[in-house]
Amino acid sequence: MALVEVQRISKSYGALQVLTDVSLDVAKGEVVALIGRSGSGKSTLLRCINGLEPIQAGAIRIDGVQVNDPTTNLRKLRQEVGIVFQSFNLFPHLSVSDNITLAPRVVKNQPPEAARELAREVLRRVGLEDKLDAFPAQLSGGQQQRVAIARSLAMRPKVMLFDEVTSALDPELTGEVLKVLESVAREGMTMILVTHEMGFARRFGSRAVFMHEGRIHEEGRAAAMLAEPKTLELQTFLNAVLH
Amino acid sequence: MIRTFSYVDVMYLVAAARWTLALTSTAFVGSALLGFLFAIARISPIAPLRWLVAALVYIVQGTPLLVWLFMIFFGLPLVGVSVNPWLAAAVAFSVYGSAFLGEIWRGALVSIAKTQWEAGASLGLSTFQQLRYVIVPQSIRIAIPPTVGFLVQLIKNTSLAATIGLVELTREGQLTAAGTYKPFAVYITVASIYFVLCFPLTQWSRSLERKFDGAR
Ligand SMILES: Nc1ncnc2c1ncn2[C@@H]1O[C@H](COP(=O)(O)OP(=O)(O)OP(=O)(O)O)[C@@H](O)[C@H]1O
Ligand SMILES: [Mg+2]
Repeated sequence: MALVEVQRISKSYGALQVLTDVSLDVAKGEVVALIGRSGSGKSTLLRCINGLEPIQAGAIRIDGVQVNDPTTNLRKLRQEVGIVFQSFNLFPHLSVSDNITLAPRVVKNQPPEAARELAREVLRRVGLEDKLDAFPAQLSGGQQQRVAIARSLAMRPKVMLFDEVTSALDPELTGEVLKVLESVAREGMTMILVTHEMGFARRFGSRAVFMHEGRIHEEGRAAAMLAEPKTLELQTFLNAVLH
Repeated sequence: MIRTFSYVDVMYLVAAARWTLALTSTAFVGSALLGFLFAIARISPIAPLRWLVAALVYIVQGTPLLVWLFMIFFGLPLVGVSVNPWLAAAVAFSVYGSAFLGEIWRGALVSIAKTQWEAGASLGLSTFQQLRYVIVPQSIRIAIPPTVGFLVQLIKNTSLAATIGLVELTREGQLTAAGTYKPFAVYITVASIYFVLCFPLTQWSRSLERKFDGAR
């Protein structure tokens, strides 16, 4: 059984149909790169997967638990599904340590010392152990995004969703975040990541999924698909992003 | 017999200011409790609750405080509920203040980006926990300056309670003026006492505003 099962989902905002009949299975340990033009529905798909957006048709299951079921405890489910946003969304009033330990403390009732130890551990994984007591405003964009990844890791999720996590960064800061993503992927994390970094998608994506106008237009093994796109739309898209 | 306006009268006025402060504190606590509920209701996902509280807020903001005071103090006894001036003033000021504080705080809550709620929700926080740990702490810095501004208005507005016979600073001033025939001296003293109460708060509010503007 796949860890993430998206079955024929449709999503609209009022009259605007954003996702149409989207199906996607992600196995444990897979890294799926989600690519496509602006407005093709990539972010929306991620937001549906962790239940931030309701869907109108179809079903989404995480490890067998249905997301779009009113009886499902979404709070519990979201502890298993980490999401990292383009704009970091750190809590500006909390230190790095408190950003990371907030959910472990109040959601998982971890004692403060254990939570702080956990913060230290995940910060080490993103290379920012020395920033434990800094505030978000004192960090560079790249560092903030690494803290956001650490915050998500601290919940020990089964799957992590990344929505263009390098798009808001200057090119020289992109590398440090990609490096963190690579190491998370190498540790066996199941990941779905929306990205414009084709090089990254090719090297680390076990699979690539191309979205076009709210549908999955083409998918396949990342390296092969990006090297030899089958559909005209993907060719056009790749030409546009690569040049 | 006409007395002179002396040092003793001034002391009486200062003593009466205690009741102004007592009424202000009571009204502020009442306004804060009710106002916080109003603010939460106004951002709740339950539409009828939002409408109900919005209607209430508009009604209170669109009517004079003095009328509320009279309605409660003179009106309620007619339907068999007896109220003393203290209770009447405390209730009227609390209801009145809650409409304003509620709006101030609602504004502060909605000024926090939606993405902050989402970040909290994505980590598994309940709506209450998002409010408690993420949204409210960030709104407080925004809410403090206008809240202090409201407090200053409240101190001055408590003088309306004089009209229903509650002996606070203004009412004591009226009584002293009647006894001494020195209205000018008396009311200048009264005004000075209000000023001494309000001015530091106004200054504090200004400095907070500057501080938070600078911090952003
Ligand atoms: N809250 C919303 N209300 C209405 N329409 C929305 C909302 N969010 C997204 N949309 C619309 O849904 C469509 C898909 O948006 P989405 O953000 O998923 O695209 P995307 O593929 O992530 O694009 P980008 O690469 O620009 O991030 C767009 O047409 C967008 O305008
Ligand atoms: Mg997007």
